Amino acid sequence: MTKLTPVLSAHWDEADSFTIGAYKRHGGYGAVVKALEMEPDAVIQLVKDSGLRGRGGAGFPTGMKWGFIPQGDNKDHYLVVNADESEPGTCKDMPLLMANPHVLIEGIIIASYAIRAGYAFIYIRGEVTHVVRRLQAAIAEAYAAGHLGKNIQGKGYDLELVLHVGAGAYICGEETALLDSLEGFRGQPRLRPPFPAIAGLYAKPTVVNNVESISSVPSIINNGAEWFSAMGTEKSKGYTLYSLSGHVANPGQFEAPLGITLRELLELAGGIRPGHQLKFWTPGGSSTPIFTAEHLDVALDYEGVSAAGSMLGTKALQVFDETTCIVRAVLRWTEFYKHESCGKCTPCREGTWWLVQILRDLEAGIGTAADLDKLLDVVDNIMGRSFCALADGAASPIISSLKYFREEYMQHLTTGGCPFDPVASTVFATAGSR
Amino acid sequence: MTPEALTEVEMITVVIDGFEVTVPKGTLIIRAAEKLGIQIPRFCDHPLLAPAGACRQCLVDVEINGRAFPKPQASCTIPVENNMIVKTQLTSPVAEKAQKGIMEFLLINHPLDCPVCDKGGECPLQNQAMSTGRGESRYEGVKRTFEKPVAISTQVLLDRERCVLCARCTRFSDQIAGDPFITLNERGALQQVGIYEKDPFESYYSGNTVQICPVGALTGASYRFRSRPFDLVSTPSACEHCASGCAIRTDVRRGKTLRRLAGEDASVNEEWNCDKGRWAFKYLSSKERIATPLLRGADGELHEASWPEALAAAATALKGKRVGVLVGGRATVEDAYAYSKFARVTLGTNDIDFRARSHSDEEASFLATAALNAKTTYFDIDKADKVVLLGFEPEDESPIVFLRIFKQVKKRALSVVTVAAFASRGSQKLKATLIPVVAGNEAAAISALEGLTEKSVVLVGERLNESAGALSAVVELLAKSNAKLGWIPRRSGERGALQSGAIANLLPGGRPVSDPAARVDVAAAWGVESLPTTAGKSTAEILAAASAKELDAVVVAGVDPLDISAEALTQLLNTYVLSFEIAHSAVTAIADVVLPVAAITEKSGSFLDWEGRPRAFTKAIEESLTRSDLRILSMLAYEMGTPINLPSVAATAREIAALGNWDGAKASFTPAKSNKSLKLAAGEAVLSSWRLLLDLGTLQAGEPNLAGTARPATANISQSRADSLGVAEGEAITVSTARGSITLPAHITAMADGSVWLARNSDGSQTIATLGIVGGEVVSVVKA
Ligand SMILES: Cc1cc2nc3c(=O)[nH]c(=O)nc-3n(C[C@H](O)[C@H](O)[C@H](O)COP(=O)(O)O)c2cc1C
Ligand code: SF4
Ligand code: SF4
Ligand code: SF4
Ligand code: FES
Repeated sequence: MTKLTPVLSAHWDEADSFTIGAYKRHGGYGAVVKALEMEPDAVIQLVKDSGLRGRGGAGFPTGMKWGFIPQGDNKDHYLVVNADESEPGTCKDMPLLMANPHVLIEGIIIASYAIRAGYAFIYIRGEVTHVVRRLQAAIAEAYAAGHLGKNIQGKGYDLELVLHVGAGAYICGEETALLDSLEGFRGQPRLRPPFPAIAGLYAKPTVVNNVESISSVPSIINNGAEWFSAMGTEKSKGYTLYSLSGHVANPGQFEAPLGITLRELLELAGGIRPGHQLKFWTPGGSSTPIFTAEHLDVALDYEGVSAAGSMLGTKALQVFDETTCIVRAVLRWTEFYKHESCGKCTPCREGTWWLVQILRDLEAGIGTAADLDKLLDVVDNIMGRSFCALADGAASPIISSLKYFREEYMQHLTTGGCPFDPVASTVFATAGSR
Repeated sequence: MTPEALTEVEMITVVIDGFEVTVPKGTLIIRAAEKLGIQIPRFCDHPLLAPAGACRQCLVDVEINGRAFPKPQASCTIPVENNMIVKTQLTSPVAEKAQKGIMEFLLINHPLDCPVCDKGGECPLQNQAMSTGRGESRYEGVKRTFEKPVAISTQVLLDRERCVLCARCTRFSDQIAGDPFITLNERGALQQVGIYEKDPFESYYSGNTVQICPVGALTGASYRFRSRPFDLVSTPSACEHCASGCAIRTDVRRGKTLRRLAGEDASVNEEWNCDKGRWAFKYLSSKERIATPLLRGADGELHEASWPEALAAAATALKGKRVGVLVGGRATVEDAYAYSKFARVTLGTNDIDFRARSHSDEEASFLATAALNAKTTYFDIDKADKVVLLGFEPEDESPIVFLRIFKQVKKRALSVVTVAAFASRGSQKLKATLIPVVAGNEAAAISALEGLTEKSVVLVGERLNESAGALSAVVELLAKSNAKLGWIPRRSGERGALQSGAIANLLPGGRPVSDPAARVDVAAAWGVESLPTTAGKSTAEILAAASAKELDAVVVAGVDPLDISAEALTQLLNTYVLSFEIAHSAVTAIADVVLPVAAITEKSGSFLDWEGRPRAFTKAIEESLTRSDLRILSMLAYEMGTPINLPSVAATAREIAALGNWDGAKASFTPAKSNKSLKLAAGEAVLSSWRLLLDLGTLQAGEPNLAGTARPATANISQSRADSLGVAEGEAITVSTARGSITLPAHITAMADGSVWLARNSDGSQTIATLGIVGGEVVSVVKA
């Protein structure tokens, strides 16, 4: 009956789910044994066959990425796990690491073995001290149990795992900025080529993968590629974490096959908070163009979302009901991008500075219809003109909100201010009605 | 490029705006477009820096094999490929709009204070805002403001409001100079160029950042608010400071030099120069400049005199007398030639020497043979398998040579070996292998060098003459290994003076004085019966002879006696001194006649850089009344009745060319033995020293902003000496000789225990004046 397919989240309801004991109770660290008995290339092939695509946002096929690492090149290889998770709305990796850090560690061992890496790194954002501590404890447990370090599980494979805590910058989730930050520099994206697979961390071949991507690997080793690819849709295989947040009755993580719709997810989450209707939502975090109620039945896989004019991104479904002012929401996001712009390139650095000022005026009801056109034109000069994708993310909410809610922007200008009561959209305003 | 080189490189043909262009593989789109005359606007792009792709001003549409990129691409980051079609702003409305958009963004936070901005009138931002911007800004918001300007060193000021964050300055400092003292800090619109608080931007090359900054964000403290570019008259020039040979540009307003910039010469300085070449020119307009001839009167004072009066007095004093000639190290080729001819023809002597510094007979022989015949160039450094530095600190003594070596160290980890007292900052940047020597023991260290091939480059500094036998060891090393030799004097004029025969053992064109055929050759060209055959004296011998009254007079041209020895000035007190000078000096103070000569900007001429490459320049200041030395010498020779007929620089250059180089028998090198190692008692060490780039050199006078970035003097000792003295890093120690003592903070570094090192001519550390030595002698070292 239920559409849920809990794998990563299967045992989150157990009080000790984060311990190595609980993980092993459910067969944890079994996949490593299996993988270490396979040829590394066979592991890569298996992951390729499974159809697993990167869960960090871009959906790049994971096995293919591993295959790009040149083999027999006599160089060190590195695996870097991206746990920077800083996009507004995106909140899957942190809960996963809180509740089940060992699945990531097991995935890391397998992935490192496959790409012949002797060192792996987890780059985690700095603000999440509780997650950091839990991950540190889990790594220590794994070392103590012989899953990390020399001669892992007696299979003759050595791996060191380093947890690196970032200083709190969204841009450090961009893989090349992450590598700079990991090397001790200021996090700014690097010019590509060379790509990380050729010259990544310390100029050595490097795979950068998202937490969820790597965490999905043990289940594929255990159950096989066919098991994985049986879930999901034609080109978007497997299960994944959908993160519902905002004006929903029961927000949280919903692990389901790719291709599920928001309508189905809302059913699982108890619907929009009582007494309210869906107004708009993001399919994959604030960088993905917003959707409205007309997109409730869009298949939430890479192809479906993209055909409807947005991106699956991180599957962070931020849901907003009719109490939310679109201009205010977009302004908040834009302020975030301005704050997080790394400053390297002109359109993002200067453009976000400008956009915030325009949107503040619009929210305050200052301006004319011509200013909306100017806003769109400024955004047009940012979109696709910047050094990395952060600025495109900044442009997305503006373009899409003007597409669906131009009227509401105009309403601000005609009434000379925001027609909404900002308190109405808060959780405490409607306490008791959930 | 040679034809062979061309065939080595694969050529790629691309279509840009409908025109085909064929360029070597690896060429960036932006540069291929330049070949077609298509100018794509840009800020962060710089041909000598690694691409950044940061400003996004250069966006163009690109298509490869019929597949178009979905969005415009930065043309400064993408190399051309076959079957590539590029559409710039000229043919792609998308690219045009993208570029206009970027330009608008760049201006929203720009203060637009062009009317008071140094860059106004020569500003890439202004220019490209005109070509690519919109007439009126649509920006109605609040501009980001910063305190302006902040001094990031005493000579570079940063205006963060004007900065377009192109990272040219930071990339230059990191990639070219190896001095990553400035970086981009903060993020978003608050990103800014900055320094580490306690480490100002004290790079020898910092001025280049001012020059390549595409806006007025970096300005030179000495030039700020002094002028507008459209008031300046620019003249391509050559730098007179060192033997690197930089092409520079001299900008003059109404007869006064207001600034100097690096010129472009791909073979030599590429597009860079050092801060000394850029900023040390205040001496040209110093109040101490001499405008008219001066004659010492019966009252013992100098009095202004007319030219005929002064020339007559000098002619009378020199005619038929025993005269020596000291030519400073910054004479032009033509002036040095004139001194050489004047000495031989008019004075009838070989007593001439351009070495206003330490020198030896071994060196004279080395110069007349190995150095004179060296054909090594910058390109040999580019291709070298190893570079060996002997008595030579490139960063301090020939900064562009340093940049050239550093480039290869960065690019391909070129191996560098230095025989020196310790690893200077420059050597550290070059990751050089240090062979530490106690001064005087260089010969043994050089003889022990191994692994050199015919692709190795051995760079010998003029200082190596201070160690007896070292140059002989070099000659042996070269014979054994076939390595290439570069002799690199510190001063711009020495290579040319050597070529011009301003030294006792050589006539112009490298003709040995001792070779009768060579003398006949020159005598015929000069239209004289014969040339003097008596062996000439060196600088030290001329001074000694003058002091002993074995000479009646000395012609002293642009020499600071303290560069030679502590006694040099007193040695001149006993003789008649004819001084050729640009400004009042220790020599003019004792001279009998002073003849004012033109400074570099007031004359034309040429230098030979260390490679022997001519560096010709023309007058930058037309209004000048002063004359090049050669004209005055010509007048004087005429007055003395033995003319040398060098009426102008051009005529002199023609005569030099006509005479050509000697193709007869080459002189052979006379080796010298090295001295025995010195015995050291406790508390004694052997002194080593060299001049830092920025120091108390006379041509740096009057430029406090530049002086503010000089490296402070330290007394360098080894750890074990520090331990035995009981001093820690930074604690004062005193180095003394019988003559005097120097007290400085100790710097502990890897060096031989028997060594102590001092800066030769820095603030608080003048070894010649204070200690009476340059090195190679025993000094006492105690805790202060
Ligand atoms: C501005 C920006 C922020 C990003 N932040 C993250 C992040 O926090 N976590 C992440 O996994 N990927 C992030 N990415 C995507 C990464 O660059 C990269 O594509 C991803 O880590 C690859 O992993 P995957 O192949 O497993 O998806 C970000 C990208 C951009 C442009
Ligand atoms: S788009 Fe440019 S300024 Fe923005 S984060 Fe990326 S590189 Fe930095
Ligand atoms: S940097 Fe250029 S555009 Fe800016 S104020 Fe100076 S002259 Fe004007
Ligand atoms: S100071 Fe000048 S060179 Fe440096 S980043 Fe700013 S604009 Fe570029
Ligand atoms: S010039 Fe190409 S991005 Fe700056």
